[in-house]
Parts: sequence; structure tokens; C-alpha cells
Amino acid sequence: MAKGLPKSFKKSLWVFHCNSGSCNGCDIEIIAALCPRYDVERFGIKLVGTPRHADALLVTGPVTRQQAERVKLVNEQMPDPKVVIAIGNCGNTGDVFYESYNLVGPIQDVLPVDIHVIGCPPRPENIIHAVAKAWTKLETLEGK
Amino acid sequence: MSQITKTTYQLPIGPIHPALKEPVMFKFEIDGEKIIAVDVELGHVHRAIEWTGMRRNPIQIIYLAERICGICSFVHPMAYCRAVENACNIQVPERADYLRVVHGELERIASHLLWAGVAAHEIGFDTVLFLTWEMREKVLDLIEYLTGNRVTKAILMIGGVRRDIKPENIPKIKETLEYFKENYKKLSHVFLDDKTFKMRSQGCGILTYEDALRLCAVGPTTRASGVKKDVRVDQPYAAYSDLDVDYMTPDKRTGEINGDVYDRIIVRLLEVKQSIELIERAVDQMPTGDIMSEPKIPKLLNYIKKTAGEGIGRDEAPRGEVIHYIKFDGVNEQPFTWKVRASTYANILPWIPMLKGQQIADISIVAASTDPCMSCTNRVTIIDKNKKYMLDKEQLHKLSVEKTRRLMR
Repeated sequence: MAKGLPKSFKKSLWVFHCNSGSCNGCDIEIIAALCPRYDVERFGIKLVGTPRHADALLVTGPVTRQQAERVKLVNEQMPDPKVVIAIGNCGNTGDVFYESYNLVGPIQDVLPVDIHVIGCPPRPENIIHAVAKAWTKLETLEGK
Repeated sequence: MSQITKTTYQLPIGPIHPALKEPVMFKFEIDGEKIIAVDVELGHVHRAIEWTGMRRNPIQIIYLAERICGICSFVHPMAYCRAVENACNIQVPERADYLRVVHGELERIASHLLWAGVAAHEIGFDTVLFLTWEMREKVLDLIEYLTGNRVTKAILMIGGVRRDIKPENIPKIKETLEYFKENYKKLSHVFLDDKTFKMRSQGCGILTYEDALRLCAVGPTTRASGVKKDVRVDQPYAAYSDLDVDYMTPDKRTGEINGDVYDRIIVRLLEVKQSIELIERAVDQMPTGDIMSEPKIPKLLNYIKKTAGEGIGRDEAPRGEVIHYIKFDGVNEQPFTWKVRASTYANILPWIPMLKGQQIADISIVAASTDPCMSCTNRVTIIDKNKKYMLDKEQLHKLSVEKTRRLMR
């Protein structure tokens, strides 16, 4: 793990959003958080188009069989230090799809999840709160 | 003399994010900048919902149906409830019919504004994305005020709706509708008169009338090609028969039908206006009375369990027609069969004639122009591990933005 985070870290946190088979509910709330009403860019939080630029990974959905490998791949492509945030009930527990044959798991079975956001879908405020928590986690890494 | 042979190359796009924030995979056969063949691979969001539904009781399925798609979280349970009502002969009270119209149309406004924002983003016009999504928050506020939730509403019940609109709620509805009427002009000006939008969308991604008929396209995609198809008019459900609905085709505004992306924008904008008027009329004409035919859920469940029969529920989602089919055997609580046909399923084949002959930079706007919703659609589970060169969403978006810039010069 990197010793001492770069200065830019404290100013801004870039997130990458990965859909592992969700119903779009959480995904539109993530976009809503980026839009003028909630406007997370004022905190320096920005959605980026590639995992290689991202510090935090937002995963939505219950991880279907086809997407499992890809979600892992996205996680591997992200540079350390990083945080993984599981958004939505189905990502955390399986929710209404829990018994489905085509699910690999809740997200924690596939990736090491740092922050869980519950709600179906969670409100944009909750998502912003989770990203703020990710900040705290990354700051504790700084001391190591 | 050496012979120059023309070769084409393959360009796979996806599954992580081609046009929307959803997994789907395209395989293009490209000749230079031109697309000559398209193949679509689906199945990334397959969650086995129908299979799961056959293990739940009819009330639990409402909430499962709601989670087929987060954007159509009203129309799926609506089609499902109508299928069960059809199968079990349950009469919906008149007031509930009007309430269903109000909630359905609110969802249509939210969905079309969402789409408008995404379309603007695809051509690199992010200002408009923020403009439309700010307006969308107003609808979400109203939806939250009426149902308690922003996205998944949990408002429907077999034989009615769960929450009433009280007289004290009406001023807030009217206020929001006024806001939309004022801002509608601004919105249509931005989308229909703007030079950038016209350049990118006119003559792009054409779906002819014949193709739309042949490939059974539904919703705004088919109406933009001039096919008059709308479940609200063809087989009016809920209270639509009292509310005077009409087909929205692009010739209502421009006098001609081209079937291109521009026409699809026109249709959706006209429908936003139509929805505002429909909600207004529905709120004014709403009769008094019950909102549920059977408020005692165990009694309702017991009745459905004892009934054998099959039913079909159709309704007009923001993206087109949704059909749910259900069959009960009269012995088990769980349905014998539950089949869902979402609107995007019918709108996937039209992608092929739309995308053929287009440039790579147009892929995202053309694909987005049918308002695809993959989480509704995925059924099959076949996918190969691909080892080929991938063009991700970022690069695709960049190409699209570059094309806009090139045209502006």
C-alpha cells in the first residue's frame, strides 16, 4: 500500500461506477447525485470513465454470472489505494433476487467491500455520505 | 499490378458501458468509418426474475416486478397487476384507475427527461444533461411526495393502488405541473431549435416505416417512424379511455416523418407535454370512492389461490408496450407461469437497420435513441470470453464529442 497519499487526494476523489447486473435504480440515483441538485463536484467527487483513473469503485447490482469476471477485472485495474463501495440492497444481501440461480453473490463474495450502502435504491444523500466515508478510510491509510 | 483487397475489421463494444450505464455488448463489422454489420449480445443482467417469481406468492411478485427495472418501476408491476386482475376477474375501483394514470404519467415524464439528459450527454452536450436532470428532480420530488419513494414506488396492489391522493396534496401537484409548463418551452427550444442537436440527430439512425412495422418496434421508436401504435389508444386501460389520448407522431410538430434520431426526440418531448395535460385532466376529473377492491391482503391472496386461469396485462411504458402473462393453476399460491416481455426487447432488432451505414461516432447516440433498458430485457445467458480489442465507453464518448466539435467548426 502506498505510503502517504498524494496531496491531490485530499482535494478530490474520483469514482468509477460499475453495473454488475442491477435494475438501474441505484445507477440513476448515482447520476442524480452528480447532477445540479446534489452536485458532488463541489466536493471534488467526480465520475470518471475508466477504472484506471479512479480511487473509489461504486458497484451496483447483485453480480450476475456473466458480470462477475468483469467486476473483478475492473477492480484489478484500479490503482491502490482504493475503496470499494457496494450500493443498494441487492449488492449487499441479494435482496429480492437472493435465491436466483444466476447470481454469484452479493458483492462481498466477489470483491473486498469497504463500505455498504443499503436502500432500494439508496437516496443520493446516502451515496454521497458513503463516498465521504471512503475518504476517511483512505486518510487512515495515509498514516501507515 | 497489385490487387488492393478491401477488408473489414471487427469492433466489439461493451459490455461495460457502451451507450448507457448498463451492460450490453455490440459487435460491429466496420469498413473504414462505416458500420456494415451489427450483432448484439445480451444476458449480462439476467437475474432469473421469472424463475424466482414462480416461487413467490402473487403479492410478493409485485415487488419483484418493480425491481425488473428501476426506471420503469411503475409500469412493470402495473402490467403484472393487470394480468392478475384479468386472470382472477378482479374489478379495479374507478378512482384507482385515475390514480394509476397519474402515477404512470409521472413516471413517463421522469423517464423521458432522464432519456433527454442521456441523449444530450451522448453527443457531448453536458450542459443540457444538467438542465434536464434538474427538471427531473422536480418530478421525483412530486413522486416522493405522493408515494413516499423516489425511484421504486411500491404504490400498486392487485385490484387498486395503496395510497390515495388527498385534497391537500393537489396544490403541490398543480404547482409542479405549472413549473413544467413554464419550462417545457425552454426544453423544446434547447432540443429542437439548437444547431448542435440538429446537426447530430437529423438524418442519423433512420428507421423506415416499413422496417418499424416489420421488426415490430414499439413505443416512441416506432411512433417516430410514423407507425401509429400506442396501447393507451389502441386498447385503453385504466382511465385512459376517458382522457382523450392521441398518438404522438413527429408530423404533429414538423409536418413530416423521417424516422431519424431527431424525430425520436420530438416524439418524446411531445409526450412529456401530453403527460402533463393528462395528469392535469386526471386530477380534475378524479371521482371519489375506494382505491382498493379488497383491502384485506390475506383474503385477496386466498381468493387468488383458489382461482384457476390465465391473464394478460398490457400497458404503455415510456419505452413502449409491456406485456405480462400469468397463469394460476388454482391449487398453488405460486403462479404456474409468469412471462414478461419488456419494451426494449422489441426495440433491439431495429438497432440493426438504424446502425448500418452510420459512423462509429454515431453509435452511442443512435443506440441511446431507442432508450434501451437492458435490465428489463435480458433473458439469455450466452457469452464468450472476448479477447479482442475493446472500445470502452470513454473512448466512444470522446469520439462522439469530437464529431460534434468537428461539425461546429
